[in-house]
Amino acid sequence: MENKFPVKKVMDDEGNFVDNSYEKAINTELVWKLYYHMHRIRSFDRKAINLQRQGRIGTYAPFEGQEASQVGSALVFEEDDWIFPTYRDHGATLTFGADMVETLLYWNGRVEGSLPSKSKNIFPPAVPIASQIPHAVGASWGEKRKGNSNIAIAYFGDGATSEGDFHEGLNFASVFQTPTIFFNQNNGYAISVPIEKQMNSKTIAQKALGYDIPSKRVDGNDCFSVYFETKKAVDRARKGKGPSLIEAVTWRKGAHTTADDPSKYRPENQGKNIIDPITRLERFMKNYGYWQEEKVSAMQKDIITELETAVKEMEAYKHSSVEDLFDHVYSELPAHLTEQKVNYFEHIRGV
Amino acid sequence: MTIDIEMQSLSKKRTGYKILTMVQAINDGMKTMLEEDDTTIIMGEDVGKNGGVFRATEGLQEQFGEERVVDTPLAESGIVGTALGLAVNGFKPIVEIQFMGFIYPAYNQIMTHVSRIRMKTMGRFNAPMVIRAPYGAGIRAPEIHSDSVEAIFTHMPGLKVVCPSNPYDAKGMLISAIQDPDPVLFMEPMRIYRSMRGEVPDEKYSVELGKGVRVQEGGDMSIFAWGAMVSIAEIAAEQAKQKGIQCDVIDLRTLYPLDRQIIAASVQKTGRAVVVHEAHSTGGLGNDIVSTINDTSFLYLRAPIERVTGFDVPVPHFALEEHYLPTPKRVLEAILKAVQF
Repeated sequence: MENKFPVKKVMDDEGNFVDNSYEKAINTELVWKLYYHMHRIRSFDRKAINLQRQGRIGTYAPFEGQEASQVGSALVFEEDDWIFPTYRDHGATLTFGADMVETLLYWNGRVEGSLPSKSKNIFPPAVPIASQIPHAVGASWGEKRKGNSNIAIAYFGDGATSEGDFHEGLNFASVFQTPTIFFNQNNGYAISVPIEKQMNSKTIAQKALGYDIPSKRVDGNDCFSVYFETKKAVDRARKGKGPSLIEAVTWRKGAHTTADDPSKYRPENQGKNIIDPITRLERFMKNYGYWQEEKVSAMQKDIITELETAVKEMEAYKHSSVEDLFDHVYSELPAHLTEQKVNYFEHIRGV
Repeated sequence: MTIDIEMQSLSKKRTGYKILTMVQAINDGMKTMLEEDDTTIIMGEDVGKNGGVFRATEGLQEQFGEERVVDTPLAESGIVGTALGLAVNGFKPIVEIQFMGFIYPAYNQIMTHVSRIRMKTMGRFNAPMVIRAPYGAGIRAPEIHSDSVEAIFTHMPGLKVVCPSNPYDAKGMLISAIQDPDPVLFMEPMRIYRSMRGEVPDEKYSVELGKGVRVQEGGDMSIFAWGAMVSIAEIAAEQAKQKGIQCDVIDLRTLYPLDRQIIAASVQKTGRAVVVHEAHSTGGLGNDIVSTINDTSFLYLRAPIERVTGFDVPVPHFALEEHYLPTPKRVLEAILKAVQF
């Protein structure tokens, strides 16, 4: 099966083209967009870990190592598309247009952080594994029924492909030919369980075969490969040609969450030979004349300013309103819940 | 049967009414909403050409087409999960779970997403969908087909749970459920799907959710029931009447949120109560009714509140189901126990 699903690369670890046919499609704008967003979300990720360590936000799920997968895919979507992320996909949602302050609020236990930003169709991150996959199928089915060309993408990890909802979602998408992109980030581990214990199959891409869904295995640390393969799948879906699955083979550099210690289950040197996706793009930029030192430092400065402002705003954000505990569960508060609310307010006021 | 004849003669005098079974009334409710609202979709196993295993969707695919009445793959979690995706994208799915005993694979979707999406997004995304589930024992169905697990869902904030006991309410409450902006679990007592007939208006009408109804008036004893247990309660109340005990029989109809006013008003009048449900006793909704009485009417009580419920055993294979289900005799004994306290 590995032979049937070779890992598609556009550039190699040294940042050289392995497939020259992409030379024309890659331009300064795309290169810098990819580079900027990958940098931006890495800075966000590292900042979030620090904030957690300092007790300024709650438990956080880092995605370092997966930037090419998340940015390369998220840059493909258009305004009215739907994203169904997991808790490790804030790199993708930030790239798609989620608000950074709200994203930080989410990790600080605030419901305001799981609101879709502005008018974007970003679903709150799914915590139960694979449960978002049928939602993406349903939402994109809705787009198809309305006669629109919008698509939906479901992000999920390697562990999710063991869940029933993965298989049920793929089957529904296949049966109803919905414009759904199943975007898998195979990062090697589901918390502590390595992929070879998660599945006996050699690839995740092959799982789509059972549903007659076209699938592709891409180098998830090669932002170009992710971008162009996602684009093909998205274009196909927009044309009414149905769902696709992409397996982006990547690597979770860090822990499952800030509450997790990978040294318990992962050999120290494992993954050390994997070239970082940002380093790889930098090599490419230097090899092909895209690199501009001043532009990089200006960009980094901007990112730091944006981050610091976002953190300040998150910390200065208005306090949680106790009303919010009650007010959004139903369209109208039922009588018994009104009573619980009134009683609780009397209690906290000390009546 | 006598009720049937009476109703039929009544309907002859009126126009715009039909005598329908419960399952026909449910079919009529869905048809009404499919006609009225293009965003309404029926989804489920065998709901299309076959018209559902109970024929609840009979003729609907023929009339509205495969796009509106969709035979889905056999996957409850997938059905509810995709329905949620459709619901947040502007559609109103009416999902049929073939038997309530098969709803468990969808539990995660209902508990972690359907019931919470409004709260998680502070109202930006909603899930206006109806999950229909035939429930209950008494029709000699194979194992697992006879479960009655409303309490699992009344313990789930964000969801409404309703359960009609007659054809009129079934159509009116189903229309209300479809129009409701919140997700509704619509429990259908399959035991009376066909045995219960009644007058059902042809036109669109709604029965308000969240409101119980008094089906028999009396001052000595309150009996609370829903679904298939309402007729059991009524038979017991008739038998009690022969012993000089007048029962106030309340069909709660909506199980979440409970109509606390009707519960309190009845108990404050009678001072005694029996709760009847076919679900298991421990953790059953009866306990919430007892709590409601405790909260609202403690000092009116003249006897401990009785509960007549299914036992704390899995719903048995059907050879023993008549021993599992509450009977008029058990309800009558509870009535007498409370009166004689």
